[in-house]
This record gives sequence, C-alpha cells and structure tokens, in this order.
Amino acid sequence: MVNFKAPGFSRTMLMLGLLFLYLPMVVLIVYSFNASRLVSVWAGFSTKWYSALFNNEQLLAAVWMSLRIAFYSASMAVCLGTLCAFVITRFKKMRGRTLLSSMITAPLVMPEVITGLSLLLLFVQMAQLVGWPVDRGMATIWIAHTTFCSAYVAVVVSARLQEVDRSIEEAAMDLGCTPLKTFFVITLPVIAPALVSGWLLAFTLSLDDLVIASFVSGPGATTLPMVVFSSVRMGVSPEINALATLIIAAVSVIALIAWFWMRRAEKRRLRPR
Amino acid sequence: MTKKLFATPLAERVRAVVFHRRVVFGIPFAWLLLFFLLPFALVLKISLTSAVMAIPPYEPVFRWLDNTLSVVVNLGNYVFLASDSLYMAAYWGSVKTAFLATLFCLLIGYPMAYAIARAPKRWQLVFLLLVMLPSWTSFLIRVYAWMGILGNQGLLNSFLMWLGLIDEPLKLLNTNFAVILGIVYAYLPFMVLPIYTNLVKLDVRLLEAASDLGCRNLTTFWAITLPLSKAGILAGSMLVFIPAVGEFVIPELLGGPDTLMIGKVLWEEFFNNRDWPVASALAIVMLALLLVPIVLFHRFQAREMEKNG
Repeated sequence: MVNFKAPGFSRTMLMLGLLFLYLPMVVLIVYSFNASRLVSVWAGFSTKWYSALFNNEQLLAAVWMSLRIAFYSASMAVCLGTLCAFVITRFKKMRGRTLLSSMITAPLVMPEVITGLSLLLLFVQMAQLVGWPVDRGMATIWIAHTTFCSAYVAVVVSARLQEVDRSIEEAAMDLGCTPLKTFFVITLPVIAPALVSGWLLAFTLSLDDLVIASFVSGPGATTLPMVVFSSVRMGVSPEINALATLIIAAVSVIALIAWFWMRRAEKRRLRPR
Repeated sequence: MTKKLFATPLAERVRAVVFHRRVVFGIPFAWLLLFFLLPFALVLKISLTSAVMAIPPYEPVFRWLDNTLSVVVNLGNYVFLASDSLYMAAYWGSVKTAFLATLFCLLIGYPMAYAIARAPKRWQLVFLLLVMLPSWTSFLIRVYAWMGILGNQGLLNSFLMWLGLIDEPLKLLNTNFAVILGIVYAYLPFMVLPIYTNLVKLDVRLLEAASDLGCRNLTTFWAITLPLSKAGILAGSMLVFIPAVGEFVIPELLGGPDTLMIGKVLWEEFFNNRDWPVASALAIVMLALLLVPIVLFHRFQAREMEKNG
C-alpha cells in the first residue's frame, strides 16, 4: 500500500497560499488599532477609528440600506434559485429547459459591468414604456441582486437535490400527497441545510456588490460598498480598516457557527443506526 | 389529509403534477427572461443608436411618424471602437491581464486544491472553509488592503527599506503588477474550489494501480491525476478569467494611468462621458470576446448540476 498523503510540495503551497490569503487581512486588523493615519508609522494602540465609524451617520445609513437589500434579495433568490435547481435536476425533458439552464449559469461568470449596464437599460426602457420604476433605488437593486444571486443558490441547492432519495417522495405521492404537500413535508426538510447555506451565500454576495448596484441605483439609495468605494478611492483610510475588521469578525463568527453545525450534522449522518 | 387515500383518480393526479411542473418552471423562466435575457437585447439595441443630450441620452431606433415606421440603425459606435486604438488596447490589456492572473491562480491554486483533497477527511472541511472564508468578506476591502501594503509609504516598501534591501521605495501600487496581484488574490478561492471538487472524486484505485505497475509519484501525477482533473481546471480557469476580463474595481484601485482595461473604460464612458451607446457597444464586443469561454463554462456547470448522484 502506497502512501497517498499530500507530498511535501503541495502541502507547502497550501500553507503559503493560506498565508497569502490571510496576511493582508491581518494587516488591516492590526492597523485598525493604529493611532496614526499612516500605515508606515505605529503610533500606539487606539480605538478612535471605531468610535469615528459609529459616529459616521452616512455610513450607518448605508449599512442599514445594504442589510435590508441583502435580506430581501437573499430571500427572493432562495425561492427562484430553488425552483431553477428543481427544473435542472428533475425535469429532464421539459421544453425550454436548456435556455433556463444557460440563463442560470451565465450570471456566475458574467462581468459585472455588463450585467449592471444591461439591467439599467432595461429599467430605463421600462420606465418609458410602463411608467415603472419611476425612481431607481432599493427596488431596482433588489431585482438586480436577486437575479445574479439566484444563480449561486441554484448551484448550491442542485448539488443537494442530486443526493435526495427520490423513493421517499414517490412513496408520499403514491399515498396521495399532492406534489406541493410532498415538497413541503418531504423534500423541504431534506434540502433545508442547502437552502440555509444558499441564503447566506446570496446575503454576502448582495452585501458585497458595488458595480451592479452603482449602475442600477438612483440618488436615493446608497449602499455600503458605494460609501466604502468613494472613500478608498481617495486613498488609505483608518476608518475603513476598522470597518474591515468588524466585517471580518462577523464573517468569522458566522463561519465558525456554520462549521460546528456542519460537523454535527456530518457526525449524526455517519452514526450507525 | 383532506382527500381520502387513493380516492383521487390517476388522470387528475397527473394533471396536478403537470400543473405544478409548469408553475415551477414558469416563475424562474419568466423572471430570467425579463431580467437577464431581455436586457442583453436592449444593450444591443442601444449600441446601434447615437448619443444625444437628453433623458435617456440616446436616439430611439424605431420612430413612428406620419404612418411611416422609420428604423434608424447606427453602426457608428462600432466603427468608432475599431478606429480608436485606445479601445483595442483596452481589450488587449484586459485579455492579457486576465490570462496572466488566471495562470498564476492555477499555479498556486492547483497544489492547494491537491493538498486539501489528499488531507485527512476531517481536515478537508477546515481547509476548505479557510480558503473560502476570505471570499465571504468584502471583495472591495480585500482589494483595498493591498493599497496599504503596496503604496510608496506602504508596509512592503517600509519593510524592504528597513531591511536595507532598497534605498528608495519601489513603485508597486498603480502598476499592472498590482492589478494582476489583486486579481490573483481576489479570485484564488474560485480556482481552488472546482479543482478540489474534481480531485476529491478521483478514484484512488487508479493511483494504486499505477504505483503497483511501477509508476513513480510524479509520473502518476502527469499521466493520471492531471488529465482526470481537466474539467476542474477548466471550470476554475473560466471562473477566474471571464469576470477578470471585465473587472472594474481592481484596475481602478490598484492600477495606474497606463492600466488599460475594458471594464474601467466602459465605466468611464458610461458614468463620466454619459455616452450610453458607446458603453453598450463596448459591452457587446466584450460579450462576443467572452462567448466561447462562457459556453465552455456553461457546459461544465450544466453537467455538474444535472447529474444524479
């Protein structure tokens, strides 16, 4: 029996790669506590950038706006993405299925400037033809984010749907359950973990988007990435370092919870019955 | 249960199933048709108009006047793109930068994915989480982090000067090098993930057979592992290359005045010059350039999503 453990080279690359991924973040976190504005000077420990952050009204308003948009977009994207995943994994002979599957995979790689521009042109034309949307803002960003987030949800959910044991669903249908009831009683509980991870993924994607939101937003709606972008365009700012630290902390906590949860689920699945 | 068991006739149940299928199919189909496909047709349409000072800032294509429908198609934007060397240079710059960044991502990402796939089962999840975690934090902020590191007064230059390796700061920020570094940094997780998914499914018995037949580790890798992970390499490369060609944020923040990338040019045409028709024509040409990679990616992704486990 040969040893198929990772040879030294690839293991070293993994460690170096992780170092490469995390070092810039560590730098951000360290410098968010620097009293000096300059990166090259360490002027002592300070939390003043955090208090500056919490007094920045414009930034807080943008955070609230972004969180609301991300919540609505993720929720809608889970609905649409799940339906798409169903069509792709289950309805093998449906007409129009190929078109649907192209439309759901393309947003995964489509350059953001193209998506943003095309949706803006749509909203402008719609405003001319049907009188809606009068003002671009939260609603238009919600539509744009829902559309590209659905693609990611569809990928996550279809991976799970492939593993679902169809015979239980068939049994339920044979016993007289309607397809709708079968879905809610049998399928939904089985794919629930995928729906949760799809929702979280969509939430972070929506929260993070700058380019598409910039195209389809109007004067009334400024999201967090737009505020961050206009500030970092001017150069390095310690307030943004503090914001970055808070974001990294939040994501790490959620990832840790998700990891514990997944590990528990895995253990439960492997336990002999 | 409202209905008695087996009380529903078969024909009615079949009808119910067909109805549900239509609804399940129809909702996302209509949404994507309206908010994904139709917008591209509009981009094509606007790219064939000319810019005017109005709201919206372009001429209509179809006009109905005195019972005559006149269709004005203006190919001027495309002629303009072809005649101005700036745009050609921007397309070439984007493709070159994206290609180099994809290559570096592959060179770093493949060994990483390989090491994760060969790690003990319970460590795989931890490593995967560690690789994916950065991509769940803000993209913008991760690109911004490099501004503080690469700047003239930045961490890297200060460090190198402290070591005495250099006397004056190197120009690192606002160069094409910084743009490629930024893309590699931001997109690396998207290269690692599909290659890992592919490698972890690799049948270990093939490797054992090769080794039993006297293959050395490196030969086994070139003859078996690498060819079998072709699909993962392709998917990862497309996931990096296609968005990188149209990237705006990275060249804007890390690039310099000589960094010509099409995403940035499109942004400027749209927001600064308010020339929507030229911006649309730029988008159409970019799409045409990316059509083959997008189709390749779609074929891989559709296969991934359709197969039954």
